[in-house]
Formats: sequence, structure tokens, C-alpha cells
Amino acid sequence: MAALFEGYTLCGIGPTRNSSNSGILGIELGRDIDHVLVTDASRSVTVYKVSDQKPTGSWTVKHGQIITCPAVFNTQSQEYVVVTDDRVVRVWKENDVHMEKAFKATVSADVLRVLSAAESEAVVLFCCGAVRFLDSLLTSPQQPIEDVLAKEEIIRWSTVVKAEHQLVVLFSTEQRGDHWLYAQRFNPNTLVKHRIETEPGLSAPISFSATCRGRNLHLLFLYSNGSLYESVLPLRISATGAEGVQALPRSLRLSLPLGEEELISGAAVVLDEAHVAVVGFPHPSAGTCKDYLCIWNTHFQTLQASKEMSGRICSQLWCYSGKLYVPHGKMLSVIPFECQKSSLAATMGKLKQSRSESKSCSLLSSWTAQPYGEITQTPGFKSRMSTRHTSVVKSALTVDQIIEHIKTGAVEDVQAEVGEFIRLTTQTDLQLATGRMALELVSRSQTDANFYPHAVFLQLLETQYLCYSVCPDLLSLAMMKKDFHLCQIAFQIFPDIPEDVTCACLKTILSTPDSEIETVNLDTESVIFMKMLTQTQSGLEEEGGQQNGFCPPAIETDVSDAPSSMLQRDPLSLVMSCPVGLHKGALLNEVLQTAYSNKPLLPHLKDLTVPQVIVFLQYLLFLYLKYSHDAHKQIPALRTPSFSQIIDWICLLLDAHFTILAVAPEAKRLVSDLHKFVRSQVKLYAELGKIEGSLQVLKKSKQSEDFGMYSIEVIELF
Amino acid sequence: MGEFKVHRVRFFDYMPSAIRALAFNQPNETMAVARMDGAVEIFLVSDKFFQGKIIPGRDQCGIEGLTWVGERLFSAGLNGQITEYDLKNQRVKYTIDAYGGPIWAITGNQQGTHLAVGCEDGTVKLFAVNEDKIQFERNLDRQKGRIVSLSWHPSGSKIAAGMIDMIQIFNVETGQSIHRMLTDRGTSRSKECMVWCVVYLSDGTIISGDSGGMVKMWNDHTGTLIKSHNVSTCDVLALSVSRNEDSIVAGTSEGFVVQFQFISLVLEKNDKEWVRTRTFRNHTHDVRAVAEITTAVVSGGMDTQLVVRPLLDKIEVNSSASALQKIIFPHRSLVSCARKAGLMLFQYPGHLELWRLGESEGQGIPGSSLLVKTNPEKLLHLKVKGEDHIRCSAVSPCGEWIAYSTASSLGLYRLHCDNNNISITKISKIPKVLSSAKLCFSSDSSHLFSASTQSSVHVVSLSQSGCKLVGTLKPKSGSHQAIHLLAASEDGKWLASANSDHEVHVYNLQKKELHCTVPIYSSAVSAMAIHPETNCLFMMHADQRMFEFSIEQKQYSDWSRSVQRNGLHYIWLERDTPCLNVMFNPQNPSHVILHDTYMFCIIDKSLPLPDVKTQFLNQLTLKSLPKEKRKSESHAFKVCKTFREMLHVELMSDQSLVVVERPLVDISTQLPAPIKQKKFAT
Repeated sequence: MAALFEGYTLCGIGPTRNSSNSGILGIELGRDIDHVLVTDASRSVTVYKVSDQKPTGSWTVKHGQIITCPAVFNTQSQEYVVVTDDRVVRVWKENDVHMEKAFKATVSADVLRVLSAAESEAVVLFCCGAVRFLDSLLTSPQQPIEDVLAKEEIIRWSTVVKAEHQLVVLFSTEQRGDHWLYAQRFNPNTLVKHRIETEPGLSAPISFSATCRGRNLHLLFLYSNGSLYESVLPLRISATGAEGVQALPRSLRLSLPLGEEELISGAAVVLDEAHVAVVGFPHPSAGTCKDYLCIWNTHFQTLQASKEMSGRICSQLWCYSGKLYVPHGKMLSVIPFECQKSSLAATMGKLKQSRSESKSCSLLSSWTAQPYGEITQTPGFKSRMSTRHTSVVKSALTVDQIIEHIKTGAVEDVQAEVGEFIRLTTQTDLQLATGRMALELVSRSQTDANFYPHAVFLQLLETQYLCYSVCPDLLSLAMMKKDFHLCQIAFQIFPDIPEDVTCACLKTILSTPDSEIETVNLDTESVIFMKMLTQTQSGLEEEGGQQNGFCPPAIETDVSDAPSSMLQRDPLSLVMSCPVGLHKGALLNEVLQTAYSNKPLLPHLKDLTVPQVIVFLQYLLFLYLKYSHDAHKQIPALRTPSFSQIIDWICLLLDAHFTILAVAPEAKRLVSDLHKFVRSQVKLYAELGKIEGSLQVLKKSKQSEDFGMYSIEVIELF
Repeated sequence: MGEFKVHRVRFFDYMPSAIRALAFNQPNETMAVARMDGAVEIFLVSDKFFQGKIIPGRDQCGIEGLTWVGERLFSAGLNGQITEYDLKNQRVKYTIDAYGGPIWAITGNQQGTHLAVGCEDGTVKLFAVNEDKIQFERNLDRQKGRIVSLSWHPSGSKIAAGMIDMIQIFNVETGQSIHRMLTDRGTSRSKECMVWCVVYLSDGTIISGDSGGMVKMWNDHTGTLIKSHNVSTCDVLALSVSRNEDSIVAGTSEGFVVQFQFISLVLEKNDKEWVRTRTFRNHTHDVRAVAEITTAVVSGGMDTQLVVRPLLDKIEVNSSASALQKIIFPHRSLVSCARKAGLMLFQYPGHLELWRLGESEGQGIPGSSLLVKTNPEKLLHLKVKGEDHIRCSAVSPCGEWIAYSTASSLGLYRLHCDNNNISITKISKIPKVLSSAKLCFSSDSSHLFSASTQSSVHVVSLSQSGCKLVGTLKPKSGSHQAIHLLAASEDGKWLASANSDHEVHVYNLQKKELHCTVPIYSSAVSAMAIHPETNCLFMMHADQRMFEFSIEQKQYSDWSRSVQRNGLHYIWLERDTPCLNVMFNPQNPSHVILHDTYMFCIIDKSLPLPDVKTQFLNQLTLKSLPKEKRKSESHAFKVCKTFREMLHVELMSDQSLVVVERPLVDISTQLPAPIKQKKFAT
């Protein structure tokens, strides 16, 4: 779980120079983790003590000069370094009052940035792509700087990463629509050029973030369409194979939900191996409003925490030692965060929530089916990336096309197309697509009263990729349309039906007359089970036999006061006819087998009307009697409600409607029968318990033969 | 193989004493156990928890605490005295009075310079540990009410003291109380809350266990409660912290032991907390003492058993080290038999009982009981004078002599048996030096061997007129640990002695000099005997390995070498009680009879040794086979598990076996009632 805590304002921001940058040129870590260096886009460098929200030092350049790169703190020499007017490197110490009086050196080429990582030498990156250590540059400032990059090749982003005593300078460039990534390593000095794969329809990556984990560098690119890709570079490269341009394989880690519009700004920063912080993208449940800072879990594709930032957010975001620095509006906010190792349950909780809120159908329907860490392309992208799956047989239509068809097409056409799509698409793609298609189908069915593609829904359900959370309205739609077959299948397949929906379905099933349900086509196995269950009763009736260990008293003959109740007169008799039709019984069995928790279910159970409760209770009693009889064990069926499920539901139902059942005259006989039967069962088990005791004694008495204090025995050893 | 007539004896009313305190010595890997009767036992942790040393108790000593200071062991008790033990000779070195009334707690600091004792009069007394003795230094500020428990800060600068309703922290230098932390009385306001145990950690956390059933963590800097765990409805009686202070075990009067671990609640975070993790239920009664050693939790209490519960996260699972070990009986024999006379001598802490075995009538098929013609008869009840408990005892093979020794004196008695008239004469004028750690008679009852200090053995010749010290056998060099086993040869020529440093010396009794020393093995000798014909010394070690050493040739016998080559079966090695007696069958020289608490075994040296694939416990299989086939199926180890919880097995001269059983049920019925616990459906 990740959490964003209450933030605070560190400082205000000066006037903005352009749209993508705020008034801040950069934020770098100061001499310890509590100090940061904020370089103003205008002319000043300020050191803040973050915990105190106070500046501890500020330096300004003379009028006419301009700071061209964010100031850094060189941890080795304990000095601040900044570049003014592209070529003047200035170095000063904490106690220097004026920057003007400090050391300065003019170099022979334009400096892009000075980069400094903790406990290592500062590195100077020139606009032409050359890299020098600061110390060696300052010893001979006028040394010639070679051109590494081609003409028109511009550095877009740069950073330095240090791990295992290895310093790596990374920078990405753009040249006529092509994007490259350079990795400069030291000792030995190697420069490796990688090509960043791009989609034709995609512009440049809008944000980069690099971290080091283990022996690899992990690079994250954020594209304006919301895709977050990750590439992995080895920290060290073999001395030999670094020639030419290398490909940079990448994998999609996250698809951020997008509003209607394409984004031009936004930033992402890696927090740990599972979490990224993103600004400038819409919150899934807050519409297109972009003023949010969000933490996403890339493993589970879930939104972990979010915070609304007032004012305009630009694509700038920094993260130092557990705090995020977000410039927004006219201020720079510091927001502490925490990322804990994800607990599965917590993640699942958030997962559901963000799903139902956003209905972002591009997300996965079942993360368990996905290989950990790597996520393949969403079906939206069907271009170069999918060439990786060379064996994929292309379906006739893409998902997007099908969805367009669903919006307008006739039921039969849609059915044919979806059928074809399911047949041709690979599992992973299908997994992603089913949710979208189902959502679209449901929304069409909800608006268009004549459109109800029963067969298509069945097809989609049969892929087993749907679950309730992906398409929450499907079940209620089916109930509304009285499509009990679909309901039954959904009950069998969905593992995550909420208790209120379960209850609503139960209510619908109970309130529908038997005559209507009996005509419905249901899963044959469940109907056969019901048939057998009711038949074993009649068979036993004929035999008139009882199972071993149970001896009911003689059946009373007085039936004069029997009301319309379908119950037999004797409550202790195991013979009872089924109070509901076979099909209704089969459906109720499905309800009994769904997963639920007592507490959330109980309030919804109270919605049932008294006649519904009585019928349901009668049916449960019928099952209870049958099961006490071991009738179910003689029927070969895969899905049958278990004994404990039946008892649990009886208990729940009695809990929910206790007062009504106690008062309602029509329930009196039922409840008293139930009571008598349970009492007889308890008695039986109590008796069995007593037998167990005496059996134990028998067993023990054989073991502990008492030899007394003394005996003389004969033993033989072989 | 053969039939045996077995005298199954259950009238030895042996009652182990409850465990009061435990002290673990990490460098030596030894565990000291103090019992209610004042006995102190030293268990060798690395040697399968063999009970290496026993220092018998005294009446009225009421031991309350036990502590190591370096290699020295101290105890204190309700008699108000501090005792130091002479571990080499297994006896009390000296006792000094603390003059503060009954002592409830004693603990030494880690630096090994001082002892602190908590007294009834409310003082914490500091004693300087000098080279040879301890010396009173000063009192810390006197408090109202008794000091129940004590713990030093590892730095030695502060002491936490558990009292009634509060914990005091003292600055050792000034003697002043720094903090007073009040404990909550809990639900029963009228009942005072005894802080039974405290532990002071190096980070300044104080952990206390009290009579309210709470384990509480305190901060010594602020004197505030950090956390409180309700562990039990009754008292928390004992606490122990692991060496690296990441785990604490607490013993409760409900008989379970609770473990707390210092772990972080979130993975890879550093904010650690004390979290209750495990509960061990191995006791039926109060757990009075716990100790966490490297790989296990050791606990003991009113139910007299020492339970070693391995921590499965610290050891390889499914090895013999992962099994729960319960030590119920001492690893010394408390019974000695007069083989020729059919007498048994039972050793109780304060008296001896001499019994004559009964006689049977007729013959019986194997597995049946015979008719008892004459019942066993108690011939003698010999009370020991003085406070000291009996250390060892022996009856001569002919049944004419009885000897016992306490820490201070040796008693030797001559028994006269004329038909039903029993009388004894005490042999007077016994040299004072003869107080012994182990006694043994020669097979012809003409000599008594008495193991003395410095690993020496005194030889006393016995005659009608009295006794006479005729010589002292001394090892030439080596350690001077006390001898715990003696074995005399049948022909009266050899005597073997084993001491706590695992040394086995063989003396030539005719020349009265050391004959040879058996190569030292890493495990303690738990039983040994000299074969009557071959004069081979057969030794059983605590790690269940066996050696046969030919005295005449001064080397291991061929059979012993073949056992070493072949290796012992894993079932044999995994037994958790040591062998307590080795005997030979005069009628079949190739037979060696051994026993431990749960089985006795006849090793037939003429048969092949079992290998790993062989069924080791094969008696039932053999029984079901026809006679001709048995021979090919049988192997050297014939294990009989018919009898349970055996204290002693002895082969008498008439080929009958005496098996002294002490069923655990009989012990548990004599224990005081445990705290009543509500159980379901009772």
C-alpha cells in the first residue's frame, strides 16, 4: 500500500517562462536529505531545510546573467555548482555570501547540466553530448569538447545514476522524430546509444525516470497517451559488445486512464519497484480534471493514493527521500509519501474500487493470469509492438472496431463478430478485450430496450475472463431481463459478486413464479441434480426405510389442520416434498454456493418479503432434511451446495427475519418443524458423543492393563 | 534368543523435585537447573542435554535463584544464604549469609564483577566476586517491601528490581533509585501485583512479568510503560531473553511458555516492536523457569520435567535436533541391585530402602504373568542423618554391605540376615576423606571403591571387623573433574572410572596403579561395565555411540571397530535418553544388555549389525516368522519396548531381569493440582 500524507508548501514560484515548466528550473538534493536546492527559473538558487520549510541560504546572479541549469550540491567537495549563461561554471561554498565572488570558470562549449550523485564526483553534460568530470574540467576549462551528437540532435532529458560504485549518465535525445537514449559509463568510458522504439501515432516520451535495482537500470518512459513503459539496461556492460546502436526493449507497465483529450504535459517518477507517482493525468474517478497527484502500483495496475493539487500542474515532479516535490499553481508543495510492500488483500480492495469508479476497460480483468511484472500490449496498440507475438493470428476485426459495431450493429451481427473474435484472439488479448466488449454490450442493452444479445453474453462468460468487477451491470441487466440462464452461468463463474447483488438476485428468483422459471433453459447438470434429489425422496418413501441410526416416531395421521403448507405433518420425518420447482431450486442452489460474508449480507437479506422468506426457508429445510439423509451423496454432480452452506444460510435467514418469523402465523409451523428437527439432530449427536466416550474407555482399558506394584512376567526376545 | 523372567517393579516411589530456576552458560553451553529440594544439575547442551553433574540438595534450603558469573555458579535461597558451587568436585563450595532475610533473587552482572541479591527486607545487596570468595560490598537504597526479581543492565551500571506493585531502577554507582514504575493491579484491585521477573535489555527496555498475567515493556529513560501484553489469566513467573535480545520467552502458571520477538511489522522497515509470536504448551503445571538458548527454549516447573523445545526457525527441520526433548529422570541410576542375593536398594533424597524380590511359582509362556508366591519385602528403611541429601549409594553383590554418601560423609552398614531377622551394624570410624561421588563394590564384595575429589578413587577393604583404607588410585595427569561412574571387573583385577571431562581411566587393582586411559571421546560416558570373561570395557556415551575397549590389549576390540565402520542405525542414534546401565549375560558372553528410559536392548555381538535399510525394531516381525527363518532375519540389536519409563534394569545371577518402572502417571498423581483451567464441556 502506498499513502500520500498531508503536504505543505515549501516556497512560492516566480513567473512562468513557458507552459510546460513552472518557474522552477530544478530541485536537487542538498547536503543531507533534509536540504534541497531549488533553482529558480529566473536568477536565484535557494537552499531549503525541508522539515522547517525555511530557506537557509539564497544566492542570486547579477542582472543580465541567467542561470541555465539547476544548481547541484557536490557532496565530495561540499560545494554548490551552477552554470550561468551556458558556459560559466560557478562553484561556491555554503558560507559564501555572494555567488559573484566565488570561483568561476568559463568553458569552451555550452553546458547542458551539471549532474551530481551522492558520494561521487559531479559530472558535466554538454549540449553536444560530451561528458566530463567537473574536477577535470575545472583544471583546464578551455579544453576542447568533442561533438558526440549529430546536428539537430537535441538532448531532451538527462540524469545520473549511481550504484555499486558505477556511475552512469543517461540522456535521451531527439532527432527528426527519432528518439535515442545514451548511456555513458565510466572506467572504462563507454557510450552506448540505444534506439527508443516509438509508435507511429505517438509523440515523444514526455517524462523519464531512472532508478537502479540490483544490477540493472530501470528506465521509465511516460507517453502522452498514458502508457508507461519500462526498459531495463544492465548497470555494467561487457567490455566488448558496445558497438553501434542497440535496441532498447521495453515493456508496458501501466496504462493510465485518459480523458477525452491528448495530453501534452505530465510527469512520472519511480518510487520503488512497484510504485510510480504521476502528475498531470486525470484521476480515474474525477473525470478529466488533471490536477491530481496519483501513486499507481504497476504490478497490480491499481491506484494506490491520490491527492488533488490546486492550480495548474506542469510536467515537473521530483522525489527525494520519501517526499514528492510538486510545483503547482504558484507554489511548490512537498508531499511525504510511503510505499509499503503491497499486501494482497489491500491491493485487491483498491483494485475493485478503482475499477468500478473508472470503468477503465483497458485494465486487466484478472491479474492472476498475468505473468508478474510484465504486461503485454493493451489491445489498443496493434502495431509494431505486437510483432513480438509473431504467431498471433490476426482477428478479422480489432476490439475497437467490434466496439464500434456493438454501438450500432444488430444482435446477430454482433454475435457473429464477437464469436469470430473470441475464436481468433490469443488468450492474453482476449482477456483484455472481453471486459471492454461486455461493458459496451451492457451499456447498449441498457439504453436500447430491443437490444439484448443473450448468446453473446454467454459466449463472453464462457471465456471465463469476466468477473463481476469488470462488468458490474451485467448481472443486474440479466435479472432485469429475467435471463435466468445467464444469471446461473454468472453465479457459477463470478467469484466476486457483492452481497447486495446476491440478495437482489435471490429476491428476483424467489419472486418469479415457478411456472415462468420452469420454461427457462438452465444448466442441465444442476437441473438433473434437483431432479435426482426430489426423486430419491420418493424412492425412499416407497422403501419406507430410514438410514441407520435414526428412528423417527410413528407418523401422525391427523392431517385435518394441515394448511396449504407443502410440509408433511411429521416434523421429524425426513420426507418432505420440494417446496419449489426444479428450476427454481437449481437457481437457489447457485445462490447458496456464492461466496459471501455474513455482515454485509445480513442487512440485504432483510429486504426479502415474508412469503419469500418462508418459501426460501422451506426450501432450505427441504435441503437440510435431504442432506441429513445423505441423499446428496448418492447423486453424481460437480456443483452441489455443501451441508455447511445450507446450515449457514438457514442461520442467516433466521437471524435476518427472526422477529417476523416469530410473529407471522404462516411461519409458525415451519419454524417449529425446523426447531424440532434440529433438536432431534442435536439429541442424536449428543447420544453419539456419549457412545464415543464409552468407546474411548473400551480402547483405553485395553491399553492400560494394570500390573499392580509388582509382577513377575516372562518375556521372550527373538 | 531366549526367554527371561522379569521382575516388574513399580514400588520405587521416586519423586523428582520441581524445577525452580534455570541458568544458561553460553560459552560453555551448559544449562544449570535448580530444583526445589536444593539440588543443582548441570546439563550439557551440546551433548544431547546429558546431565553431566548433579549436586544433591539439602533440606530447608529453599533455593530461589541461580546465576553464572563466568564459569562460577551461585545460588541463593529463602534461607538467606548465597551458595557457590564447586563444579569440579560437584559439591557446595561455601555458603555465606546475606543478612537480609530470605533472598528472592540473585543475578550476576555480565562483567563478572558483582552479584546482586534481592532480599526480603527490601535491600538489593551487592557482592564483589573475588577470586576465591564473594564479599559484601554495599546495599542499594533500601525499599519498602521485598525485592522479588532483579536484572542487571548489560553495561552493569543499572539494575532493575521487581517488587510488589512496582519496578525500581537503581543506579549501581550511587545506589539511588532512578525511576519507580508502578504496575497496574489489573481487575482485582485488592490483590497486590508481584513483579515475578524482570529483564533489562541493553537498549534500555525493561521487560517485566507479573502476577496479573501481564508482560510489560518499559522505557528506563522516561520510566514509562511502552507496551503491555496480557499473556495469562494467572501469573507470569519467568522471563528469559535470547543472547542477541531479539526474542523473549515468558513462562506462566498456566503451564505454557509464550515467545515474544522483536520484529518489524512491515517488511524491510526498521521500526521494530515486541510482538507475541509463539505459544508452547508442554507443561501441565506452573512454569517456574525458562531459558532461551541458541536453538531452543528450555523450560521447567512444578511438573518436574525439563522440556527442551527446539525453535524450528533456528535449526534444520526433521533432524533429531528438531524433536521435543523432555528430561524426566536423572541420568544416573538411583537403584542398585545385589545380584547374588536378589536385593534392591532404592535411593531417595533422604533415605534408602532395601527390598527383597518376590518369588514366582511354576512356568509360564512368554507374554504371561506368573503367580507370585512370595511378595517383595521391604527389609530396611535407612534414614540419613543431617540435612544433606544422598549423593550416591550401593549395595554389594552379596547383599551384605550397604554404602551411601552425602556431601559430607560416607555411611557404611553391614547387614545380617538370619531367616526373617534383619539387623544392621553401622561401621564406625570411617575416614573422613571417603565422602564420595560414586560408590562401587567389587564383585566378591571384599572391597569398596569410592570416587573422591581430584578424580581419585579410594579403595577400602571390607572385613567382618570393619573397613580399612588400603589405597588411593590417582590418574597421572589430565583433569581433576569428579568421577561419576565406576566399574569393577568380575575377576577383581581391574577398575574403570569415568569423569566429567569424558576421561576413562583403567586401574590395575593388584598393582594399585593406572593401567591405561581410554582415548577421550567427545561425548560423556553414560554407562560402562567390564566384561567378565574378555575383560573388555564396554562404554555407552550420551550421544548413543558405543565402544568396546580391550583392557588387556589397551585397544578397541574388533567388534567395536566393526561397529564404527558400519555405523549405528539412525533409530538407535535418535533416542533421546542416554543408556543408564550396561550388563553382561554370564551364560552368553556375546550378549550385552543395555537400557535407557524407554527400552532395554540385548546386543548379540555374534549377529550381523543392522544397516540403514534393515528394519531396526524387528521383534514383532521376528515373532511372526517361523523359527528357521528368524536367524537370517535377525540382527545384533534386540530391542524390547514392553516396559515404559524405566529407572533401572539389572540382570540377576539367576538369569532373571529386574525392571524398575516409574510410570509418569504415578508421578503426576503426586504433583499438586495445577491451576484450574476452564476446558470446553467440563
